[in-house]
Amino acid sequence: MVSSSSFSKLLFWPRWFWRQLTSMRTALFLLLLLAIAAVPGSVYPQRSADPNGVRIFFDNNPDVAEVMDDFQLFDVYTSVWFSAIYILLFVSLVGCVVPRTKVHFEALKAQPVQTPQNLKRMPVHQEVSDQPGYLEAAFKVLKSKRYKVALQGDSVSAEKGYSRETGNLIFHFSLIGVLIAVGVGGGLSFSGQRVLVVGDSFVNNLASYDSFSPGTFFDESQLEPFSVTLDDFQVLYDLQNPNNLGQPIDFIATVTSEGKQSEVRVNYPLEAPGASIYLTGNGFAPVITVFDGEGNIAFSGPSIFLPQDSNMTSLGVIKVPDALPEQVGIIAFFYPTAQQLDSGAYTSIYPDPIDPLMTMNVYSGDLGLDEGIPKNVFALDTTDLEVVASRDGPNDPIQLRIGETVDLPNQLGKVRFDGLLRFASLDVAYNPGGIWVLFFAMLSLFSMGLSLMTPRRRIWVRRNGDGTIEFAALARSDDPRLEEVLAEIRSEIESKVGSK
Amino acid sequence: MTIVLNEPLSQISLLFVSAAMAFIALALVLFSLQLSKLLGQTPEERAKLSSLEKIGFIVTAVGTVVLGVGVVLRGIAAGRVPWANMYEFSISAALLILLVYLTSLKIKDVRFIATFVTGFVLVTLFAAVSLFYVEVKTLMPALQSYWLVIHVVVAILATSFFCIAAGLHIAYLVKAGKSARRLMELFPALEQLERLAYRFNVVGFVLWSFTLIAGAIWAERAWHRYWGWDTKEVWTFIIWTLYAGYLHAMATRGWNGKRAAWLGLVAFFAVIFNFTIVNMFFKGLHVYSGL
Repeated sequence: MVSSSSFSKLLFWPRWFWRQLTSMRTALFLLLLLAIAAVPGSVYPQRSADPNGVRIFFDNNPDVAEVMDDFQLFDVYTSVWFSAIYILLFVSLVGCVVPRTKVHFEALKAQPVQTPQNLKRMPVHQEVSDQPGYLEAAFKVLKSKRYKVALQGDSVSAEKGYSRETGNLIFHFSLIGVLIAVGVGGGLSFSGQRVLVVGDSFVNNLASYDSFSPGTFFDESQLEPFSVTLDDFQVLYDLQNPNNLGQPIDFIATVTSEGKQSEVRVNYPLEAPGASIYLTGNGFAPVITVFDGEGNIAFSGPSIFLPQDSNMTSLGVIKVPDALPEQVGIIAFFYPTAQQLDSGAYTSIYPDPIDPLMTMNVYSGDLGLDEGIPKNVFALDTTDLEVVASRDGPNDPIQLRIGETVDLPNQLGKVRFDGLLRFASLDVAYNPGGIWVLFFAMLSLFSMGLSLMTPRRRIWVRRNGDGTIEFAALARSDDPRLEEVLAEIRSEIESKVGSK
Repeated sequence: MTIVLNEPLSQISLLFVSAAMAFIALALVLFSLQLSKLLGQTPEERAKLSSLEKIGFIVTAVGTVVLGVGVVLRGIAAGRVPWANMYEFSISAALLILLVYLTSLKIKDVRFIATFVTGFVLVTLFAAVSLFYVEVKTLMPALQSYWLVIHVVVAILATSFFCIAAGLHIAYLVKAGKSARRLMELFPALEQLERLAYRFNVVGFVLWSFTLIAGAIWAERAWHRYWGWDTKEVWTFIIWTLYAGYLHAMATRGWNGKRAAWLGLVAFFAVIFNFTIVNMFFKGLHVYSGL
């Protein structure tokens, strides 16, 4: 049989550990540790915020990146060590706040403390001469100032400012609320990205998205089957202010969803059933037709060109695996307002298509698309391809203006620049936790304000037998106005006694 | 639709900002002279506003008004609020720090950090004019939101309170470190310095929390998520956590006093770091330095 003393010995270390964990010192330590642990995520690219940056980092530092990845330095905020710190912090918080809540509830129910024997030791102490009815008046005045008051024989004991602790506790509980709302909301959330060329539509289902990030508890049935058509995309650039030329003023996507036409702009998402639609990017989608060496149309349609700079120099890749006799790959540059540099290369000097020009580097050979390995549509691996036309190739790059058709070298065929469309990148996102995160965050803000602005005070008034009245006050927190407040109360009591 | 920018007016605004720098520099000299004179004074004399200090504060007030004109003119020149790039943040922050400090003087005797405040403002304005100046530009679509007014102005206000607290922390640490002992004896008692700093930090912390929440609401509208660990979000979080740590330190035995003061200074250093290094060199969505 285990005796009770050895049982309590057994519990010594867990108890000790729990006391340490829930101490203020530990909370402080964990807070500082959390601050430090958050730093690397701002220094190194993170998969969540900047996946492309991670890829580039890996390319530039392949060896170091591997090791860093083992330490989850590219996923800091979901890493084991970061999670461990905040989970410990919250356990410590619960362990600290729950017992305090119990104590506080008891304090709320309890009577004010017994008036201390020696009031002279209190930080604020005053003595005045006694008058009849003094204690009764003191009781009334303190009561009217919403103190909790008790008449204890020849003294009055009063306390005020319980909302300091109430606010403090609500603040900490709302932080737990924030954490839960972030977690649950994140689990139920989803966001999908879709690039739409003007005139195109998509339906809200998984197959429609270019990329999709679901939460842990996401279920495909969450996606309401609405459709979105991009009717028009307007970009407005500054043409008036000389120093501000080409700065974007507004991006406006006109979309039709469920038979209703509306605008989507940056900062102004469209509310669709079960999700919001955000405008997050745009660019040019030149319409190009490629005829192969046998005269057949091997490729036709708009291609997404990715913007490379603020004047919308855009880069696109066209892969023509069906071209005969040889497969053709094209890396194309689009300059909305082209200007030739001294070097002979082109650049764009204004983001709107005032003088649009396309140049193409042409390659032929096996594009490597037949093995069934997924390839990045925005990149062309030219290592195994024959250079047909490029700035340092056997032929000059192809130059095209809208409506023009140009022959490809080596009898590979022809390309035609049919026209110019724009595309918009739309994000479809849903997070049911957001509103609750906001609710708890606002609650924490208000309760913090309440707590920090409320002073907790104790005031005592005692009638001594020798014809004097003693006043004393004690602040239970930082309280610069304590003396002033006591003086106000005293004069109010005296005016009450005097008026009788 | 397109706002007409007025660069000549912005140049006039720059003149006002430069003139304000001259006034603040003069005030700094006057306050430094005052500090050097403190040593020969009795406590009664020190409690009163000396004529040197009086002139110093008048010059500071004039500098504040001149700077205020400069900031307003910049706003008119750009046709929007004057805090959308680093130059504009800096001049607006300098203005708010001066306003918060001059207002605090009415409530608390914080005259003794006048050299710190004017010195800090002078450095801020100097950096703004020499390093951060950009011609007036229109707002990129992501910034065209009323949250630009709320989120940024509260962030700058929070920074102003943190700044004054940092001055008090420095005074505390110098005094507690027993250096410049004869001069520091004339400063308020350690407990008083600590409590003053605490009060400024508390107000700053509430404002910073609001900045964080307002930023999250805006991010949800503009970037489809309320929080995404963007570099600026990370640093806002770090700063919040450091100040939360400071508040806990003040309530932990053995951690108030010097350690809390150091923590407050580290937190303010993080504010400055976030504003300068993160703005200019870290990659992220908050790329608004305009440089």
